[in-house]
Amino acid sequence: MNRTKGDEEEYWNSSKFKAFTFDDEDDELSQLKESKRAVNSLRDFVDDDDDDDLERVSWSGEPVGSKTRPGSFQSLSDALSDTPAKSYAPELGRPKGEYRDYSNDWSPSDTVRRLRKGKACSLERFRSLQDKLQLLEEAVSMHDGNVITAVLIFLKRTLSKEILFRELEVRQVALRHLIHFLKEIGDQKLLLDLFRFLDRTEELALSHYQEHLNIQDPEKRKEFLKTCIGLPFSAEDSAHIQDHYTLLERQIIIEANDRHLESAGQTEIFRKHPRKASILNMPLVTTLFYSCFYHYTEAEGTFSSPVNLKKTFKIPDKQYVLTALAARAKLRAWHDVDALFTTKNWLGYTKKRAPIGFHRVVEILHKNSAPVQILQEYVNLVEDADTKLNLATKFKCHDVVIDTCRDLKDRQQLLAYRSKVDKGSAEEEKIDAILNSSQIRWKN
Amino acid sequence: MAAHLSYGRVNLNVLREAVRRELREFLDKCAGSKAIVWDEYLTGPFGLIAQYSLLKEHEVEKMFTLKGSRLPAADVKNIIFFVRPRLELMDIIAENVLSEDKRGPARDFHILFVPRRSLLCEQRLKDLGVLGSFIHREEYSLDLIPFDGDLLSMESEGAFKECYLESDQTSLYHAAKGLMTLQALYGTIPQIFGKGECARQVANMMIRMKREFTGSQNSIFPVFDNLLLLDRNVDLLTPLATQLTYEGLIDEIYGIQNSYVKLPPEKFVPKKQGDGGKDLPTEAKKLQLNSAEELYAEIRDKNFNAVGSVLSKKAKVISAAFEERHNAKTVGEIKQFVSQLPHMQAARGSLANHTSIAELIKDVTTSEDFFDKLTVEQEFMSGIDTDKVNSYIEDCIAQKHPLIKVLRLVCLQSVCNSGLKQKVLDYYKKEILQTYGYEHILTLYNLEKAGLLKPQTGGRNNYPTIRKTLRLWMDDVNEQNPTDISYVYSGYAPLSVRLAQLLSRPGWRSIEEVLRILPGPHFEERQPLPTGLQKKRQPGENRVTLIFFLGGVTFAEIAALRFLSQLEDGGTEYVIATTKLMNGASWIESLMEKPF
Repeated sequence: MNRTKGDEEEYWNSSKFKAFTFDDEDDELSQLKESKRAVNSLRDFVDDDDDDDLERVSWSGEPVGSKTRPGSFQSLSDALSDTPAKSYAPELGRPKGEYRDYSNDWSPSDTVRRLRKGKACSLERFRSLQDKLQLLEEAVSMHDGNVITAVLIFLKRTLSKEILFRELEVRQVALRHLIHFLKEIGDQKLLLDLFRFLDRTEELALSHYQEHLNIQDPEKRKEFLKTCIGLPFSAEDSAHIQDHYTLLERQIIIEANDRHLESAGQTEIFRKHPRKASILNMPLVTTLFYSCFYHYTEAEGTFSSPVNLKKTFKIPDKQYVLTALAARAKLRAWHDVDALFTTKNWLGYTKKRAPIGFHRVVEILHKNSAPVQILQEYVNLVEDADTKLNLATKFKCHDVVIDTCRDLKDRQQLLAYRSKVDKGSAEEEKIDAILNSSQIRWKN
Repeated sequence: MAAHLSYGRVNLNVLREAVRRELREFLDKCAGSKAIVWDEYLTGPFGLIAQYSLLKEHEVEKMFTLKGSRLPAADVKNIIFFVRPRLELMDIIAENVLSEDKRGPARDFHILFVPRRSLLCEQRLKDLGVLGSFIHREEYSLDLIPFDGDLLSMESEGAFKECYLESDQTSLYHAAKGLMTLQALYGTIPQIFGKGECARQVANMMIRMKREFTGSQNSIFPVFDNLLLLDRNVDLLTPLATQLTYEGLIDEIYGIQNSYVKLPPEKFVPKKQGDGGKDLPTEAKKLQLNSAEELYAEIRDKNFNAVGSVLSKKAKVISAAFEERHNAKTVGEIKQFVSQLPHMQAARGSLANHTSIAELIKDVTTSEDFFDKLTVEQEFMSGIDTDKVNSYIEDCIAQKHPLIKVLRLVCLQSVCNSGLKQKVLDYYKKEILQTYGYEHILTLYNLEKAGLLKPQTGGRNNYPTIRKTLRLWMDDVNEQNPTDISYVYSGYAPLSVRLAQLLSRPGWRSIEEVLRILPGPHFEERQPLPTGLQKKRQPGENRVTLIFFLGGVTFAEIAALRFLSQLEDGGTEYVIATTKLMNGASWIESLMEKPF
């Protein structure tokens, strides 16, 4: 031990010293257990004398004396475990604190071994930084997370955080255990300090951001998210965090407004389709759906209008069309659906165009139980003939199937389809007319 | 009781008996009548080693689940908490103890930590002022639980996250301890192979533990010839793919927990005439799945496409057996028939159950979406179009399919491309966050840290090299009569199992190059045996390899290993151990970030 007294005082005084101890009242019971291990051949390795230990240095700097030789406490524990079980049975009273089988000057190595057995052990004797670190290193070399954590708790309590952080920075295993431990006990403040110290900025930012999940009140959550903006996230994540904040801000405004509208009972859409849940904390796409459902026709200037959402969050066309389509189809607003896919060119001709592909349009319409006439119109717009035929068959758009077979000059398929339509129906008639037509040069 | 554990090459009942004995000893320590308060998570694993009858024999009269506020009334002397060492559970226990009615009869409290006591937890109990209330505070080192004749699991759901995200070694320490227990019971394992960072650490811990253990020499003749330790992150691909074996699909669709599965009850109603279907059961049908059931043992590891024909063959055999009754004329013949009846009825029951399960699964596997998903998975695994945005995944997001399904596919694509192009990754991320919520940034970060979803670095895709060298993709797969492990994924041979196969023959030296591409070191250690214990293998006798998956294993991988064990000229039989039995969904879920 070559640290000067002054140094030691500094470490000592700079920490908030609170000793870490465990009650030892149960010690004999754990010993008892040791003796009865199911797998007797697997006795804990802990008590076994290891020659190296004789070379260990205790906190006082003296070689460990004979009274603390592991061998001696082994015999002690042996004696204990030989005692009949019933003498420790609860009805005979708990020998609380009467029994102290621990010595006051165990080496770090002995101490760690005891901790590993789950035995009572006071760590407060380790006063100098060097001793504490040696204790930690012993614990780490045992790989036992439980013990490493116990030592870290002690260090956390008895060292100032600057020193703790500095020492752990060069001890990566222990450092990871401390991070895990801080997460587990939810000591967010110290965790953030640690990340800051280590300059692990992204983790720092994410860890801070994570806290918002525990805030229920929407206003408070929003305020908290505001504090996340500008934290050192990666470039893409920064944009997402900003969006998260903006979204919640919007949702709070929309929610207040719509709740009011709904309870006033004057607005038709809310009367006909009462809201099932609040829009607060819903994802962006869900919010867009909501706004397409309740606020479709609003001007771009309002916060709740779909167009405004699309612009603010740079929602891609595809995403927008899909969502709007689903919302308007659910309301059976076929005009809106039609308008969604109608484009005018500069000559004033209209043209149907779907950025998501008309096969998807058909699927969504069908999911929202659109009538056959509507479905048919969009199935017809599917470009690929096979896909068109499949969809038409699947959704029973007879005319499309029949016309497509005719266009493909596929007599066999048309014949096969004839058996699927109702006898004497208009469809059957139509098929027969085509089959009998001499104008068509069938390919089969 | 658990005869199926002794069917295998290694009698795992020995282990089961050892842990049962330890449990009994603990119970007897708390003299008098008792009630057990369960951490609900533990009841499943405990069910595999002890039935209620065992507890009853040791005066356990009541059982409760651990809940807040006051304990239910029970006229018992002892209250024992069986818990995992988790802080949140300590808070509940403290609440229970503190709200104990002081006027009532005094009861003794005890805690049994499974699998380990935790100083952190005890500190919490102390802070809450209840630590002194417990008479016995002990640990029950239920590290490896026998699931089947060739299967052990620690059932530690957080192990992967701890090991690969948080670099916390606690579960590795438990794995090493579990391996020491196994060696105490089944002899020292002379050779240890490993691949991966965690494998290296577990081997180090084992070697250290052995060195520290200077007690009597282990004089048990070694049952295992070698141990293979494998890191899950050496093969991140396999669990992401949809398992296509019978057992794998049951797990994918319904989730097998501690060898039990819960199924929709409608299919299991016995068909009776005149029953208007009025009282349909509403409670899920719960079935135990293990090799104790003859039929299940036969079909569990088959590709699902090969299960139907086995079931129909069995049905014919059983009907024929029942028809035999018409041929039984003499008293002797009738007697013989009757004596076989119980077995036949059990077989018929088992057949009925599995036919119902197979129907349920078929409804899923024949759906259009299942087919589309499988097509995409197989494209990725065979290296097609892994470097651009996939339209099926886009569709899944647009239709708001379960997030776990989406993440699983995106991760699969990333792994099969050694990381995604930055543009592709950013696109997926944005779509996911906008559709499922921004808070999933945290989950995406975890996936990235675990290496499951990441940008490609150095612009190099190593997967094709790995795929070709290890023959991970087989075009000519035979699902009915397989000749290669790739049958378990209908084309894809699980990387992890391929590594095991190549280690056994011709040895890893042949694949040094690929081993260097895969993460973590590969190594070999020897644990010398005294001459008297050295094994002289008989000609034709198979080696026994214990293969330990650190971070989890899937049923399809287990099936592939069993396939190798059964090969006539395979030369190696496998016993499988893991930190957790898992599938892609439960795996991704364990990496998702939730509120504190």
